[in-house]
Amino acid sequence: MEHKNWNGFIGGDWQNEINVRDFIQKNYSPYTGDDSFLAAATVRTRGIMDKVQALFKLERQRGGVYDVDTERASSLTSYAPGYIDKDNEIIVGMQTDAPLKRGVNPFGGMRMVQQACDAYGYTLSEKVREEFRYRTTHNDGVFRAYTDEMRLARRCHVITGLPDAYGRGRIIGDYRRVALYGVDRLLEEKKKDKAALQGQTFDADTIRCAEELYQQISFLGYMKEMAAMYGFDISEPAKDAREAIQWTYFAYLAAIKEQNGAAMSLGRVSTFFDIYIERDLAAGVLTEETAQELIDDFVIKLRIARHLRTPEYNELFGGDPMWITEAVGGMGEDGRTLVTKSSFRVLNTLYTLSSAPEPNLTILWSTALPTNFKRFCAKVSADTDSIQYENDDVMRPIYGDDYAIACCVSAMKVGKQMQFFGARCNLAKLLLIAINGGYDTTSGIHIGPQMPVLEGDKLDYDTVMERYDIYIEWLSRLYVNTMNVIHYMHDKYAYEKTQMALHDTSVERLMAFGIAGLSVVADSLSAIKYASVLPIKDENGFITDFDTIGEFPKYGNDDDRVDLIANEMTHKVITELRKTPTYRNAVHTLSVLTITSNVMYGKNTGATPDGREAAAPFAPGANPMHNREENGALASLNSVAKISYDNCRDGVSNTFSITPEALGRTSEERIDNLVSILDGYFAKKAHHINVNVMNRETLLKAYENPEDYPNLTIRVSGYAVHFNKLSREQQREVISRTFHEAM
Amino acid sequence: MGATVLGRVHSIQSLGTVDGPGVRFVVFLQGCHLRCGCCHNPDTWDLNGGTAYTAQEIVDKAMRCREYFGAEGGITLSGGEPLLQAPFVREVFALCHEQGIHTCLDTSGSVFTDEAVRVLELTDRVLLDIKYTDENSYVKYVGCTLDKPLKFLGFLNERGIATTLRQVTIPTLNDTEDSVLALKEIAAKHPCVDKIELLPFRKICQVKYDNMGLAFPFRDLPEPSREIMDSLNTLLQK
Repeated sequence: MEHKNWNGFIGGDWQNEINVRDFIQKNYSPYTGDDSFLAAATVRTRGIMDKVQALFKLERQRGGVYDVDTERASSLTSYAPGYIDKDNEIIVGMQTDAPLKRGVNPFGGMRMVQQACDAYGYTLSEKVREEFRYRTTHNDGVFRAYTDEMRLARRCHVITGLPDAYGRGRIIGDYRRVALYGVDRLLEEKKKDKAALQGQTFDADTIRCAEELYQQISFLGYMKEMAAMYGFDISEPAKDAREAIQWTYFAYLAAIKEQNGAAMSLGRVSTFFDIYIERDLAAGVLTEETAQELIDDFVIKLRIARHLRTPEYNELFGGDPMWITEAVGGMGEDGRTLVTKSSFRVLNTLYTLSSAPEPNLTILWSTALPTNFKRFCAKVSADTDSIQYENDDVMRPIYGDDYAIACCVSAMKVGKQMQFFGARCNLAKLLLIAINGGYDTTSGIHIGPQMPVLEGDKLDYDTVMERYDIYIEWLSRLYVNTMNVIHYMHDKYAYEKTQMALHDTSVERLMAFGIAGLSVVADSLSAIKYASVLPIKDENGFITDFDTIGEFPKYGNDDDRVDLIANEMTHKVITELRKTPTYRNAVHTLSVLTITSNVMYGKNTGATPDGREAAAPFAPGANPMHNREENGALASLNSVAKISYDNCRDGVSNTFSITPEALGRTSEERIDNLVSILDGYFAKKAHHINVNVMNRETLLKAYENPEDYPNLTIRVSGYAVHFNKLSREQQREVISRTFHEAM
Repeated sequence: MGATVLGRVHSIQSLGTVDGPGVRFVVFLQGCHLRCGCCHNPDTWDLNGGTAYTAQEIVDKAMRCREYFGAEGGITLSGGEPLLQAPFVREVFALCHEQGIHTCLDTSGSVFTDEAVRVLELTDRVLLDIKYTDENSYVKYVGCTLDKPLKFLGFLNERGIATTLRQVTIPTLNDTEDSVLALKEIAAKHPCVDKIELLPFRKICQVKYDNMGLAFPFRDLPEPSREIMDSLNTLLQK
């Protein structure tokens, strides 16, 4: 198949089938040079950014929400076109009819929409309420099917953050397909897939597939309508770089108009765009300045994307994130780097548009990446604290070389895999429940197998582990079943038609479970094993505190005695999870990631044997508990690197803060040393790291005078936030974390 | 080889970036016979303090960090005065060289024994403190004579061991242009010196002295300003 808009591209399988990877491999230009070619922001871009910054300021002044359209439910064509500055925008499209104005999306759940409107002083219109009065939302469906035990597990916070009240997210449409093929071709392929169902046995799976394809086809049509409202016909392939970016953005925009998932990630678009940019540069249509301008304008759009959330939601996922994660760099299966000039350009937006949390720029790091690119990444980290790193050498063998990251650390093949997101269970709380024989002292709820409180003046490691295993087995089964309910209902009542239309029809599903409190559990078990842990009971005979006497190895010091306990826990949990079948035969995966919920998890967890006080925050993700690291940063990194990605295919998150002085004396030294640290960490098969190069004092100042630091960005978990968008409690926790310092 | 020597270790910093080139595994050893007024580690003075390690244990730990060393990094033994435990240091360095790990010694140059010489045979780079460039200050604020580190430096030069000269810049004592020029002159006479580093005097160690019930001799001196450091560093580069 040929198309005039593909002139100049090298042909291949991609012409005859939907295969963006093949197009990229045949046409991209690896770049191994340095950043000296990059252009600064143009006057036009700066003008738009000034307008956007003014809007951000207003948004902050209005308590975090600039405006809400309560009159209609969000969908692809619900809103009239919106602009920041119509005459000067290069890439267009808004979620609603005005920048930063949030839509309401009740498809996932009406209650959350109403609570969010209430919290920010808005009233949901009677019209929307009426429209949804006789409509079942995802949230309705889930609670119809939940068992009492599932509700109790939620209520006592042993499983928390489940996507049962809003969109589940963590699905990445292959938005590039719209640019490469145009919507008509995609429609044609989906229609073929639907026709091919004829003759098959129409069991539940086939019937569901037929209906889903119907929805996908219908929403591809709406996507065209949406673009037409902005004056574009996206039926045909994009003819130049500007169209390629615009078409891709329209596809992404359609997804975030339709869905309010927690994480609405972008995928891996920079190197794809680069092919179009190179073609236009060669044709003399673009200059470096106008190429950067295109990327800048696209990124500005991503920075103003918003969803309406409740304050409770913000407690779990602080800072108003969208997780518009863009995977940058990585290596190809043929050994060529996938770094292009546009990998640099997208990172350069942190300079042209100033540092910011979104898009969530994620470097796919390989020790084989070009040195110039590694050094540029390190410089960007040191300057902006806005990017994260994930191990391409560990992921590529599993996902190939056209995967991307959803949310923080969830890898998936673009357009070929999707994820059923499942938040996390609280392993530290579960340990306490086990010790107390099925009683949660924090909530006063009896849950799980009921048995006597562990006896004895001193906790015995083997006895505790035997008991813990029983509860891990119980919780794992409950967790999988709960997830099955959630995702069954989401497919039924809030299916992601737009995003799934940008996947192959036959898609592989992953079901992502998670654990919180890993370092607390590891240190607690280590204390029980190597020190003396004396339980302290309350008047009802439940253990509510511990007297821990003696020294014990602590996770974060590269000490196998405890680090291997941490790794073993992840192995235990994923093994138990796998024993319960999943909805749609999804593959069980596990993450060690907490977003900002480590504060909330800690708040709902009693005192633990490691000496952590009741209600004190956990460390985030797979981090060691702060200030327990005694041998410096590399020992801490080595501990985390021991958590095997084979157990945790949904990611192992580590957030690392270091003072500039501890990285070296000069900025050149700091860059080189950071590159060495990243190379070393990933050579040890670690999965993920957030890098902050900053002093605690900066955060303290921002804590005291937030208005002086409107753009202070910091990596907190698998994403970055504007520090002043975190709650006071979350800010204090971030400040209390370990900052590796020079001795 | 005789019985394994135990080293007395104050602490381990797995990520060191300011004590030698690249990313380094830094081991701070116990024991120092000098009493420099600017000393920021009074807790390392006692030769019998700290934790006992064998050289093998130290190198095993360092080996767990070797992926981070890159082209330039390696191990640094600091202190205290590491050469007070020369046999131990030698054993650590010998094991490092067996593994191809770059070795760096951070010393005052005031211990120049046969055993120290045997350490230097296995040292890839020396970070040598030249605390002052005049005899009076040395005697008054260090507790030894200037010729000790100078003799040491002469030997490093003779053996062609790569050397970084280091000096803590202390207001009123050595923060003058003359002092820095004198340091440069010492470097110029010794081609083994390929780098000079000025480290700003810092008083965050006050709390250590307080905890130990000791008086911090330089507690009343100010920390040097950034401007002074910049101008002295510029002078150094000329």
